[in-house]
This record gives sequence, C-alpha cells and structure tokens, in this order.
Amino acid sequence: MRAGVITFPGSNCDRDAAVALAACGAAVTSIWHAETELPALDLIVLPGGFTYGDYLRCGAIAARAPVMAEVVRRAEAGVAVLGICNGFQILAEVGLLPGAMINNAGLKFLCRSVDLEVATDASVFTAGYARGQAISLPIAHHDGNYVCGDDERRRLEDQDRIAFRYADNNPNGSTGRIAGVLGAGRNVLGMMPHPERAADPRLGGTEGKVLFQSLIEALG
Amino acid sequence: MRARIHVRLKDGVLDPQGAAIGRALAQLGFAGVGEVRQGKLIELELAETDRARAKRQVQAMCEQLLANPVIETYAVSLED
Repeated sequence: MRAGVITFPGSNCDRDAAVALAACGAAVTSIWHAETELPALDLIVLPGGFTYGDYLRCGAIAARAPVMAEVVRRAEAGVAVLGICNGFQILAEVGLLPGAMINNAGLKFLCRSVDLEVATDASVFTAGYARGQAISLPIAHHDGNYVCGDDERRRLEDQDRIAFRYADNNPNGSTGRIAGVLGAGRNVLGMMPHPERAADPRLGGTEGKVLFQSLIEALG
Repeated sequence: MRARIHVRLKDGVLDPQGAAIGRALAQLGFAGVGEVRQGKLIELELAETDRARAKRQVQAMCEQLLANPVIETYAVSLED
C-alpha cells in the first residue's frame, strides 16, 4: 500500500502516522502542503497537530492549502483518505465530511485514553474490527466537539457512516457521541482519536494498529 | 475602503467560551448577566473603491474562508 502523509505548518503527528503505517508494511511518502501534484497513492493521511496555530478556526487555513485541491480530486476518485484529529477538522473544513468541530463542551484540553465503540465494520478502515467492538484509543484535543444538523445526523445513521462513537460520558459533548465519520463514498474517514498512538505495545496499546492493518488488507 | 466583518456562532450552537466569560463576570460581581456569546471581528483594508464590488468581494471571502457556514453567520460593513 502506497501511503502519503501530508505535513502542514504545525502538523505534529505526521511522523507517528508514518511510523505506524510503515510498521504494518506500507510504503510511506511524506508530502509537503505546498505540493500541487501527488504521486500514485492508495491512502492519503491528514495527521494530527495544530496546523497554522488553529488560527481563524481549527483546520480552516490548512483546508485551503495548495495540496488540498488534489487531495479532494483523489478523494472524489475513490482514493482512501484518513484524517486524524486536526486532519478530521481539515476534512470537515474542506467539505469532504459533513459537520464542524467546536470547543470541547467542558472547555478543557482533553489528553487521555477513551473508550470507543466501533460503530461500523463496513469500511476499509474498520473492517478488521467487529461491529460494536469496544476499543480504547487516546484523544488529545481542545476542539473535538463534533456538531452537525439533525437531518445530517439522521443521514449518517441511515447510511451507516458513523465509524466510531465515544462509549461513555461523551468527553467533549459531540452530537450523538460521534468520534469518527465516513464520507458518502466510504473512502474518506475523519476521526478525533489517534489510532497511530495505539499501534505499538511500548506506547500503551495496539487497538489502533487494527485500523492500519484493515487498510493494508483492503488496499494492498 | 475598510471592511469590518462580524463573525458569530449561529443561534443554538454551543458556546462554552461565552459561558466561561459569563461565569468570570459573575465572579467579578456583575449581577444580572444572562447568556454570553463570543464572536470575532475581522477588519480588512481593500484597494477596491467601488462599494458594490467591495461588498461582493468581502462576501466571497466570508463564504470561502472567514466564516464556516455550518456553525457561523457573518455581517459585513464597509467604510471609506
């Protein structure tokens, strides 16, 4: 699997994502945000971080970076795109995913492992989990409160596009306890938790590794 | 020409920062403060001198970058 991890000014989880992917056997390329062309890729990753200092809105300026026009074209052509944390915010800002992220309801920056439910196994990202499986992944965010309109939320539920839900005491107030969402084509996933931080037993957990393995299984 | 853009959260969108400001005001002893909501003011200097063109230009900036239509509304005012 050929994976491209994009680095924007202020991305800080790009290397972690690259390491987690390489450990599963992916061929990983680093891509700078100012590139307007991309090589052939099976997976594009928008990693976590504080791109552009979260100025204006989280992910707002990164969503308008030069590389994003090509990322959108690839996503529309069916290439898998994974946005983690700030990457999820960027995907929402660029319109590849519905909804938006606002301040955590409790106002605190949350940095801990949370219990999640894998809400669907019907995607290249989550096929390695069982539907309804309980997993634990770390979160680290201040603006992870996912909001979307009632109609949109019903559509997500009807189309089985909610990928992950917070399993208990919704840490950030997200609508419907939504922690991760698939695009209409099921090839774009945005998630607030960090699977790349749970991909090595030395780092405290491996339940995130299943997501990368699912991708390798599905995409080669 | 100067443009002033007032970006606000839509009614019904949770504003925990506004709530925190409200609590801080109460702690300072200001009574009778109800809901507090915080917005953003963005000021631009424009080379455009035609008011209608400037307004269209600024509206496009709001639609494309300055406001997120999922959660925010905006109001534009122009002055020479």
